[in-house]
Amino acid sequence: MSEARIRERPTSPHLTVWRWHITMAASILHRVTGVGLYLGALIVAAWAVALASGPEAYADFRGLIGSPLGKLVLFGMTLSFFYHLASGVRHAVWDLGYGLKVRSANALAMASFAFAIAASLAVWVIAFVTGVL
Amino acid sequence: MASYRTPLGRARGLGSAKHGAAEWLAEKYVTLSLVPLTLWAVFGVLRLATLDYAGAVAWVSSPLNATLLVLTIALSFWHMHRGMRVVVEDYIHKKNSKLALLLLNFIVCGLPGALAVFSILKVAFGGGAY
Repeated sequence: MSEARIRERPTSPHLTVWRWHITMAASILHRVTGVGLYLGALIVAAWAVALASGPEAYADFRGLIGSPLGKLVLFGMTLSFFYHLASGVRHAVWDLGYGLKVRSANALAMASFAFAIAASLAVWVIAFVTGVL
Repeated sequence: MASYRTPLGRARGLGSAKHGAAEWLAEKYVTLSLVPLTLWAVFGVLRLATLDYAGAVAWVSSPLNATLLVLTIALSFWHMHRGMRVVVEDYIHKKNSKLALLLLNFIVCGLPGALAVFSILKVAFGGGAY
């Protein structure tokens, strides 16, 4: 028994043995953007607390979020948000029993990527046009 | 120590908790609700970015905006608690680290979430801090 415990046990194939494919990237990205948006939700909470704390705190918050680094983080959050949203809808489609064939699963993943990029650019163009930037 | 429990006694209570379907459905309802709520919130952010402090307070004080904000924040924090819990359960297998991270996740989602909801309500009821 002790020998069996010391000897390395066989493990099931993991990340390293797979050729990268689009649904795999889409799945990993769904999780990564979800974790990223965790931080985004904390920024939203900071906004609410700053608003309730008064004009000075709110000005400080706006200064921080309006800085180049703040805008970069916000752009990343925009991309993460729209990707996580589209990918979430993709999961809802699967839950209903559709889009599970390889071809349609690949198409759904591509559509999620495309939507994330297009929607993020649209929001930032709107922000630019309305003079927010 | 020898156990005097019968095999049946040991097995009882180890099966399904019998509320998996309700949990699953609750997750789906919350997730689907978040689609329109968060899309509305994006427009809210674009609107708020053009407003100064008084304007932001007035925007948040509107009953519809305050209600939708509270719903968006509460459901988002609930959703992210569920999501991060799955991530921790998938990758962390040491019992104590897992328990510590699950507790941390609960606190990080619970405290800022409650602070945010309270802050929105304070602004909505009190018209901000002047």
